[in-house]
Parts: sequence; C-alpha cells; structure tokens
Amino acid sequence: MTSFRWILLALVAGLFGLFAYMLTQRKDEFVHSAMVGQPIPAFALPPAVEDRPGLSSHDLADGQPKLLNIFASWCVPCAAEAPNLAKLEASGATIVGVAIRDRSEDVGAFLAAYGNPFSRIGKDDISAVQLSLGSSGVPETFVIDGRGVIRYQHIGDIRDSDVSVLLAELREAGA
Amino acid sequence: MIAEFGLAALWLAAALAGLQLLAGAMGLRADANQGGAEIAALVRPAAVVQALLCALAFGALLLLFVRTDLSVALVARNSHSAKPLIFKLAGAWGNHEGSMLLWVSVMALAGGLIALLERRLPERTMLATLAAQAFVGLGFYAFLLISSNPFERLNPAPPEGAGLNPLLQDLGLAFHPPTLYMGYVGLSVAFSFAVGALLTRQVTPEFAKVMRPWILGAWIFLTLGITAGSYWAYYELGWGGWWFWDPVENASLMPWLAATALLHSASVLASRDALRAWTIMLGVVAFSMSMIGTFLVRSGILTSVHAFAVDPERGTFILALLTLYIGGALLLFAVRANTIAEGERFSVLSREGALVVNNVALSAILGIVLLGTLYPLLTEAFGVRVSVGPPYFNPVGAIFFLPMLLVLAVGPMLRWRRDSFERIQAPVVAIAVVALAVLAGVYFLAGIKLLPLLGMTLAAAVAVAAFMPLRGRSLLRLPLPVWGMVVAHFGVAVALFGMAADSAFQQERLVAAQVGETVEDGPWRITLIAVEPVAGPNWTALEATLQASYKGGEPTVLHPQARSFWTPPQETSESALLTRWNGQLYSVIGGEAEGDRWQLRLWWKPFVTWIWYGGVLIALGGLLALVGRLSGDLRRRSAQAQIALRRGGTAA
Repeated sequence: MTSFRWILLALVAGLFGLFAYMLTQRKDEFVHSAMVGQPIPAFALPPAVEDRPGLSSHDLADGQPKLLNIFASWCVPCAAEAPNLAKLEASGATIVGVAIRDRSEDVGAFLAAYGNPFSRIGKDDISAVQLSLGSSGVPETFVIDGRGVIRYQHIGDIRDSDVSVLLAELREAGA
Repeated sequence: MIAEFGLAALWLAAALAGLQLLAGAMGLRADANQGGAEIAALVRPAAVVQALLCALAFGALLLLFVRTDLSVALVARNSHSAKPLIFKLAGAWGNHEGSMLLWVSVMALAGGLIALLERRLPERTMLATLAAQAFVGLGFYAFLLISSNPFERLNPAPPEGAGLNPLLQDLGLAFHPPTLYMGYVGLSVAFSFAVGALLTRQVTPEFAKVMRPWILGAWIFLTLGITAGSYWAYYELGWGGWWFWDPVENASLMPWLAATALLHSASVLASRDALRAWTIMLGVVAFSMSMIGTFLVRSGILTSVHAFAVDPERGTFILALLTLYIGGALLLFAVRANTIAEGERFSVLSREGALVVNNVALSAILGIVLLGTLYPLLTEAFGVRVSVGPPYFNPVGAIFFLPMLLVLAVGPMLRWRRDSFERIQAPVVAIAVVALAVLAGVYFLAGIKLLPLLGMTLAAAVAVAAFMPLRGRSLLRLPLPVWGMVVAHFGVAVALFGMAADSAFQQERLVAAQVGETVEDGPWRITLIAVEPVAGPNWTALEATLQASYKGGEPTVLHPQARSFWTPPQETSESALLTRWNGQLYSVIGGEAEGDRWQLRLWWKPFVTWIWYGGVLIALGGLLALVGRLSGDLRRRSAQAQIALRRGGTAA
C-alpha cells in the first residue's frame, strides 16, 4: 500500500511532465502522408475533362519529375491557389491533377474561371487515389520523381512563399 | 462603474481568501494559546463575506450583460443588443472568463455555506478544510484576475456586439456547461474536506456524513450534465451515435466515475467506519479528475470535436494549478495515509465487501478511460499519431463493468460486516433465473452479439435486483436514501437496456431516393414527399419532407435539413426525430445524388431514449438520497436545539 502511494505520485508527476512538454510543442493539425518516400500505388483514372487525358500511375513514372495537385471545383482554397499553380507552370513545372468527387461540367467551369495548369487530369470519384496517396484533404500537392516515387507532400493551398519551396523540391527530385 | 465595482469585489474576495488561508493556517499551528483561537475566529466570517463578494461580482457581470455594456470587452465579444434576454444572461457564463467567474463564485458560495452551517466536525478540522478551500480558491482567483479578467474595458467601445450567432443560441448549450461546473465545484468541497481531514488526522464517520451531501449534489449535477451532453451530441451531430469517447466526453465521465466510487465508499465510512484512507484518496482523485478534465479541454493539447479557443498562457496557468493542488494533495496523502488508523474490519461476504468490489471496478474503469484519453497524447510526444476509440473502450471497459453490475445486483441485499450466502440465497436464485431466462430468450429469438446480449441479461437482472431491498420493508416508512438507491440502481438497468437494445437492434438504411419513393426501415414505411430550399437568418438549407408510418399506422411528417451557414461557412445536418415509447426514428438528409435522387439516412433505434431516461432516473435517485440526508440532518439539528433549550430552561 505504501509503495503504491509513491508509485501513484510518480505517475502523476510523469503525467504533468508530459502535459508541460506537450504545451510547449506547436500543435500540428496536419495529417502527414505515410507514403512519402514510397512509390505511388498503381492506378488508372479516366479523364475529368474532354480536352485533357486521364491519369495513371504509368504516366507518373516516365522519367520526368512532376507536381501532382489534388483539387476539386467545390473547394475554395483550390481557387485561391490557382495563380500560384499558374506561376509554377510558367516556371517549367509539369503539373498533373486529380479531381476529387467532382462532375466533369463543374471541373470544366472551374478551369475556365481560374485557368488550367494541368497536362493531365484524372477523375477520382470515390477518393480512392487520394486515399492511396495518403492525402486527407483538398488541396494537397505532391512532388513525384521520374521513377514514380513520392518525394514531398504539401498540405493546404499553395501560398506565395510555397512556390519556391515546391520548385526546389521538384529540382531535387529531378537530380 | 459596474465593471469596476465587480472587479473591486473580486479583488476583495481574493484578499479575503488570502486572509482565510492565513488565519486558518495560523489557527492550526498555534493551537493551545489564546492568540490562535482569536485568529482562527476570523476564518468563518472571512469565508461568508468572500461568498457575498463573489456573488456581487457575478451579479455585476450579469447586469453588464443585461444592459449590453459594450465598453466591456467580454460583453462586446459575446453579446449583442438584439439578443433575447435569456441568451444575454447565458452569454455571461458561455465563455472562458465568465465561466471561470462562475466557477469561483460557486466555490466561494459553497465555502460560505460550510462556514455558516457546518458545526459537526471538530473545529480544527473545519479550520483546515476552510483553509484548504481558500487555498484552492486563491489559485483560481489568480487565474481569473491575472490572465482572464472578465471586467476588462474596451476603449473605444464598438457600436454593436459580435455575439449574435444563432448557432450558439441554444438552451441546451446555455445550461450544459454550468451544470457540469456545479458538479466539478461540488467535488472541490469534497477535496477540501479530504485535505482538512488529512491535515488533522480526523477521518471519522462524522466526516463522511458531512462530506456526503456535497458529493451527492456534485454527482447529481454531473449525471445530469453527462446525460444532457450525450443527448445533445446525439441529435445535433447527425451521426446517430450517443457516445463517441471523445476527450471532452471522457473529461466529464472521469470525475463522474470517481464521484460514484467516492459516494459508495463514503457511505461505508459513514455507516461502518471502514475504508478511511481509501475514501480520502477518492476525495482527492475526484476533484483532480475535474481539474485534469478542465485542463485537457481548455489547453487544447488534445484534438477533439469540441474546439475551444486555445491559449497556451491559460493552459500553462491551469497546469501550474494542477501541479500545486493535485501534486500537493497526493503528496500529503502519501505522507499521512500511514498515520490514519485502520478502520473497522469486515468479512468478504458483506455489504462492505460488495462496495469494495464496486469501488475497485469503478476505479479500474476510470483508469481505462484515463489511459485511453491520454494515450494519443503520450504517443504524440514520441511523434506517433494514434487515435483510440470504441474498439478499445467498449470491450476493455466491459471487463470491469460486468462484475460491477453483478455486485450491484447482489450487494444491496447483504448485511453490513458479515453475512451468509444462505440468508440471501432465495432472492439471488430468483435474479439468476430471470437473468438466464432473458439470456436464453434473447439468444434464441434474436441471436445478437455478445456484448449487447450480456447487456440485456444484466439489465434484466439489475432491474429485478434493484427492487430487492424493498422486500419485507414497509414502503411508507422506508428512508428516502434507500428509495434513492433503488431508483438510481433501476436507472442503471434502464440505461443499460437502452444501450444494449440500440446497439443490437438498430436498423440503418442509406438510400438515394426520388421524390415520391417509399423506403422501409424496420417497422417504418417512409415516403419522401418533397425536397425544398428554405432560408434562416444566416443559413440556407435543403429541407426534406418525409412521411413516416409505424406498422401501417397514421403517417407523421418529419423535416430533416442539410444546412449551410454563411458566417462562418459551415455545413450541418439538422436531424429530424420521431419519438415513440419504444424507440426513435432518426432521419438525416445528405446531398443530391445522381438523377434527381436525394441521399437519405434513416435509423430505427429501438429503446434508444431509455439511455437518457435511465440517466435522469439515476440523477433522481441521487436527489431523493440528498433530500433524505438533508432533511435527516435538519431534524437532528432541531432536535438538538430543543434539547439544548430544555437543558438551558432547567438550569435557569
């Protein structure tokens, strides 16, 4: 009984230590993909719009590093990041898209309104490819190297300051 | 002026708490000499005046909200001149600063009441208790005055307040948090009594009797708070579930588990003078759980569906208070517990023995819930993210819940100190027969899963057993606390039956229905009559009109909505419920599906409402016991006064 009391006290002290430590940590609300560093799983998506081809895992292993952008026409931050996607395209990045739970006519209208930086767009109606990449929301952007290995994950919309980071990651993936 | 007046009253109250602590401590040290007694005489008046000052401060805050004084930052942030009066009032405590003021005020009121009324304990123990109460209070005064001042001014005052969010104008939301707070604060009184008893080494049956009404009061509020919170989550979230093992839910469940254990061990101490050290420890643990719960909720270190404004400074402050009070009390316990004399002995087969099993099981469940709640935090410290949910809590909790229910069925029939199995053989056999009949009946007729099957069986056993203590007793003469126990234990059976029936027999349909189409869900036939857009003050919604008929009877109309709010942009499902005595039809409308179809989600939930009826019965049982105890105390007090009067009369 006596030793039990001291063990209890030690446990409580440990608990408070844990609380104190966690209070000093910045809260990270992002769900990071466990797939970074892994080859992308095999998939083949039909085209989302008529004037761009669909997207398969083979297209991502053609020797050239790419940005894979997960977006949707119903997603407000996706519209917000459109100018920065355009900047990335202008800087020479190849960007492919995956449209999540979307309708072809809505995707078409979205691209007409905010520009189309994508060379290929796959239509992912049940978020299957999104989940297999380890992405938990829209928008997210992945850097994929020429062998089809996921090298980097960017969560949330691409802000102005993220453009150079993504370009550097893309260069490194190509090296 | 009102704000400054309130702030001044609060500072004065804090100063009086300081005086109460100092005078109490000095009175304790300088026992024998005369000066000690004089200083100690300050303690009770200080507690009473402190309570009055806190009531004034809280009244000032209420007045500020009634007048919508926008020069006060808290009012400007949380109120609006066009708000209905009841929500203006609720706005006073529906935020961090106001709720902390409510906390401190209720605590001071409790301290004042003890100081004014309580004369049964030795004066030294009362001094220590009131000093401990002041010590705990001081920490919260400091928190309030340094980092959460509710009376802070705003210059210039805005033309209008920012708090007209209709989402938050909900009566349930207005009264749910203060209900839980009452429970937490009531446990702080038990905590102070425990510390006072430890300091003076006076752990007696009288001590348990004095502490018991406070535990009961706190426990009633916690029970009601948890029951209401569970129902709110059930109808508001639109997921059809009634308990999600969310950290915030667990934060309210853990003090309840500790308080339930404390309630039972205090009754052993009161009746039999046993379980002394254990009762003291539970007194410390119960309030510790309240504070840890508050910390987890308010500091934002756990991820939860209840998003509170996160403020690291406040989190640090509460953690410092936690360390001081919980650490201090447990240290005191560890040092002093050896010196508390062992209480009366009892045999294994006795009322005490059963209550020990109940206490061990409740503590084990408490440990399981605490571990499950904190485990994600622990792994996150090492960079691994996990979430702990029903697959852990339900089966692991059941391991201890099942034996506890068995003991609950048999324990109340046992005599104190020592009993024989032969004496209670007949009723135990009767309960076992009922249980086996239900087990066999449900198994062969319905063939449900193990946990719900056990739940139904035990619900039947507990329901029958709950009334066994009434055997052979005059119902009119039965003391209220015994009625309280019967009602509360029956409530456990009712709630358990609701949980088991809902998980075993609920029927869910997820369909994409066209207008005019009829869907069957269990005994219900539901027709989608129309889907129309509707608009509210700050939302638009798709509203479905459903016609539901139970077993071909008269159809009733339901209107579930899928709402979109503008500010902040948010989608919510407003479920529509149809309640019968034997269950609820729960309907939710989702989005539009392909080809003019609408996603409809329908649940037939047999006896689900019994979960909350059971919760209310449990609280009602507590209330009966509380009224019985208090009226007993009053009668004793007036009898003693009369005896004293008569003695005085003969002496003169």
